[in-house]
Amino acid sequence: MTETDTALADPAPEVAQEQAPQGHAEEAVAVQEVGGTTTGISHNKLMMWLFLGSECLLFGALISTYMFAKSRLPEGEIGPLDVFDIPFTSVSSFVLLMSSLTMVLALSAMNRGNERGFRIWITATSLLGGTFVAGQVYEFTVFYNHGLGYTTNIFGSAFYTLTGFHGVHVSIGIVMLMSLLMMNLRGSLGPDRAERVELIGLYWHFVDIVWILIFTIIYLFPQ
Amino acid sequence: MSQISPVAEDSAALAAEEIDVKPAEAAAADSAADGTSAAASAADDHDKHPSDWQYVKIAIILGVLTAVEVFTYFESVHRLGDAALFALLTVLMVLKFVYVAAWFMHLKFDSVLFKRIFMTGIALALGVYLIMLTAFSFWT
Repeated sequence: MTETDTALADPAPEVAQEQAPQGHAEEAVAVQEVGGTTTGISHNKLMMWLFLGSECLLFGALISTYMFAKSRLPEGEIGPLDVFDIPFTSVSSFVLLMSSLTMVLALSAMNRGNERGFRIWITATSLLGGTFVAGQVYEFTVFYNHGLGYTTNIFGSAFYTLTGFHGVHVSIGIVMLMSLLMMNLRGSLGPDRAERVELIGLYWHFVDIVWILIFTIIYLFPQ
Repeated sequence: MSQISPVAEDSAALAAEEIDVKPAEAAAADSAADGTSAAASAADDHDKHPSDWQYVKIAIILGVLTAVEVFTYFESVHRLGDAALFALLTVLMVLKFVYVAAWFMHLKFDSVLFKRIFMTGIALALGVYLIMLTAFSFWT
């Protein structure tokens, strides 16, 4: 194994620096870590993007199943036109969209070392996310009172599964946002660990992106 | 021992060219700084990111696009016909998707590898589920 191979196998930069012979330091540096990796990109961020790529398949399955289920809804059964309240859902969508702005402002504040700003924006993001989830719970309650239960028909099952999965994702996101806030308040999350904020931010923006698709395809497309 | 291995060369090329995050000199500077490399990297990332005002501008654009989407709900716009409405809503949806992914998720500024991974997920989902819907005679 060459020195450079050793550097590849061991991500510790100082070890690679010491083992590289004179004249080959640049090659060793070129292959060794940048921010703790051997590829020049963050492994954590890479894993998050792989996770989000796989989530596309999950939500793709749920959206396409909903589209299929709605197209097979028997005549006379309770359907989207009977229950959807577009103005209400539009407000919810806008709230979630704006939470993406506050999330990115939280990351920006953390990158600048403005921890007070980070705490304000991350709290705002959590509150906006909480508002969205509360709106979804209200919507589900109204639909249920209109007679659309989870097992009422194929449309109900597909709709609740899709939007429920999304709601669970938002709820998990809120827990992660609150965890970031707690870590910062305890002093274990500062600008030197801003990547953690970025990773949770990626997840949050993805959840927003999925709702952009759901809002248009499920609620706004002509029924 | 003095020869750099093919694996190392590939990795160096990946780091310096394909991923195109930062040049080798910057990586060397980061690594030499040792414990401060993460902070230096974060600072570099920050330099690449847009300003807060740019984020606000993107949010305003997203808000306007959402308002146009919701406007289509009203009966007067339905005179366009279902096909035109589908096309309009799809364009608006894709625009919003791209704006969030490019600016808020930083795909516009980050490594092209992330974009490829995400696009692969989307392409796989689109392909698999379009085939699924076709198999179940959704379009007819």
